[in-house]
Amino acid sequence: MSADLVPALKARFPQATDRASVDHPAVNVPLDELVAVLRYLRDEQGFDVLTDLTAIDWAEGASPRFTLVYHLHAPGRPGTYVRVAAPCAGTEREPTAPSVVSLWPAADWHERECFDMFGIRFAGHPDLRRILMWDGYPYHPLRKEFPLAGIETDLPVADIAQETGTRVIAAPMAGGPFVASAGEINLTEAEPRAKDESWADRGARPDQTALRQVKE
Amino acid sequence: MATEFTYPDNAAKTAAARAGLAGQSPAGEFSTEKMSLSMGPSHPSTHGVLRLQMELDGEVLTKADPVVGYLHRGDEKIAENMTYNQFVPYTDRLDYLAPLANNMAYAIAVERLAQIEVPPRCQAIRVITAEMARISSHLMGLGAFGLDVGAWTVLLYTMEEREKLYTLFEELTGARFTTSYTRIGGVTRDVPDGWLGRVNAFCDQFLPILEEILRLLTRNKIFTDRTAGVGVISKADALAYGLTGPNLRGSGVGLDLRKDKPYSGYEHYEFDVPVGTTGDSYDRYLVRGEEMRQSVRIIRQAVAKFPGGPICATEARRIVAPPKEKVLSSMEELIQNFMLVTEGPQVPPGEVYFEAENPKGILGFFIVSKGGGVPYRLKIRSPSFCNLSILPKLCVGCLISDVVAILGSLDFVMGECDR
Repeated sequence: MSADLVPALKARFPQATDRASVDHPAVNVPLDELVAVLRYLRDEQGFDVLTDLTAIDWAEGASPRFTLVYHLHAPGRPGTYVRVAAPCAGTEREPTAPSVVSLWPAADWHERECFDMFGIRFAGHPDLRRILMWDGYPYHPLRKEFPLAGIETDLPVADIAQETGTRVIAAPMAGGPFVASAGEINLTEAEPRAKDESWADRGARPDQTALRQVKE
Repeated sequence: MATEFTYPDNAAKTAAARAGLAGQSPAGEFSTEKMSLSMGPSHPSTHGVLRLQMELDGEVLTKADPVVGYLHRGDEKIAENMTYNQFVPYTDRLDYLAPLANNMAYAIAVERLAQIEVPPRCQAIRVITAEMARISSHLMGLGAFGLDVGAWTVLLYTMEEREKLYTLFEELTGARFTTSYTRIGGVTRDVPDGWLGRVNAFCDQFLPILEEILRLLTRNKIFTDRTAGVGVISKADALAYGLTGPNLRGSGVGLDLRKDKPYSGYEHYEFDVPVGTTGDSYDRYLVRGEEMRQSVRIIRQAVAKFPGGPICATEARRIVAPPKEKVLSSMEELIQNFMLVTEGPQVPPGEVYFEAENPKGILGFFIVSKGGGVPYRLKIRSPSFCNLSILPKLCVGCLISDVVAILGSLDFVMGECDR
């Protein structure tokens, strides 16, 4: 049954193209047809469940910078999934996409998460707020340019920040992350060992600022 | 003398409370200002760090806004910065009440991407551990649910049983809680001598105790009064909000990926999928109780026809580590091991989305690879996150005391929700 799904979809939406996939049927669609395609899949193909909605960041300068990926599941046809992908419109700073909350209420939190992590503005979302990070957090952490350690920011509550004088600091990475991709960096440098040798018994304990500079 | 069991009509009680409220307010004797109340993130019945921002009219909720993210650790970001095997310990910390099931779901997702098959013995070990994880997770869920609505004793029984399971986990994996048991293409170590017998022995003594535990609640008047008819989720709502697991099956949808899209050899085992009829908190409790019996059935079958052979897909030499004794004695295996540790399992470019039927619901991994040992993007579709998204709809019109029962019946875990 899933074999004739993609041809049927392409006959209805000529702009849809095949997307390489090792598991489920997958299509690329242009952003302006996205909602129509998803509605067609829900109403005429029985994909009642939006099981996952997420985005991929193809790094700074890539075009398209962000791709949205939807996974739909048809409970009436056990184990049948389809993957629909669409590139985001808008600028790199403020990518945009249409919301599908009207089709599935499940999209509400998923789209909020996508906005929180990537900064994608979903037009028509009833309540597009951050969900995992706090309101007022200035960055979108799953973007590729955001460093793993994080960036120093203010505490979310102003009076506590003033009282304590603390800030949200970047994680001390102590030379990590300890991972090497072939050809990317010198393997000797990437070997798993603590780079911050001042931690050894002989040396004095480093102060916080020195610790934070290790990564730079 | 046996007393007749009557199904309590809680919907009528809530309606009466609402009607009483409406009768009082227009007279002008009371202030009708709405009250806002914040429950959590540090509250015993929010099972971790969920916070509910509620708006109350008397005892009735007019608005509920769940605030999540207090346990956000950036697991998806971390995954982009380490090899596939290095991420296994992070999966322990998603649903930390069933780490073995998470380990398995993650490993299978990467194996699908790399298009390798694990041998039958590995599949059987994974099924046994995943079902044991399901039992331990449901035991905790039931115990905490009982505690939430005032039944202390249940927790004492369930914790004792869970402890026995943890002893078995420790013997198998070396850890009680954070097991990190799977590797891409296999598991870390084979079952110890006599371990399967001890698993069987656990099953034998567990079933009578399970009946005893369920007897504490199933016909308990206080428990049914607190849960029956409370937090009713319709079939259509459950599907539209992406609910999964016992919460979806409690609403009468028989969706279970172990049956619908079997993985890891689940098609070889006989078991039933319990579904509820009304979709209330009581049904969700009943479904969890029955699922434990079914898990025992699966474990027994898996132990009875436990296959021999290797525990890893040994032919996938760029993904699975060679045996340790060979690493220490043969040059080729030493190089293989070195490349695997420094560069990670070599996975071809592509995309994969795999979902597994975890105790809390469907856990999905969407992995985008550009080749090499590190995922380019890894998205975790966590069941608790999706299950909680129905709260703003579900809680409106409930009494505030029902909120505790509803949260207990949804059985979520914040490590997985916040990732």
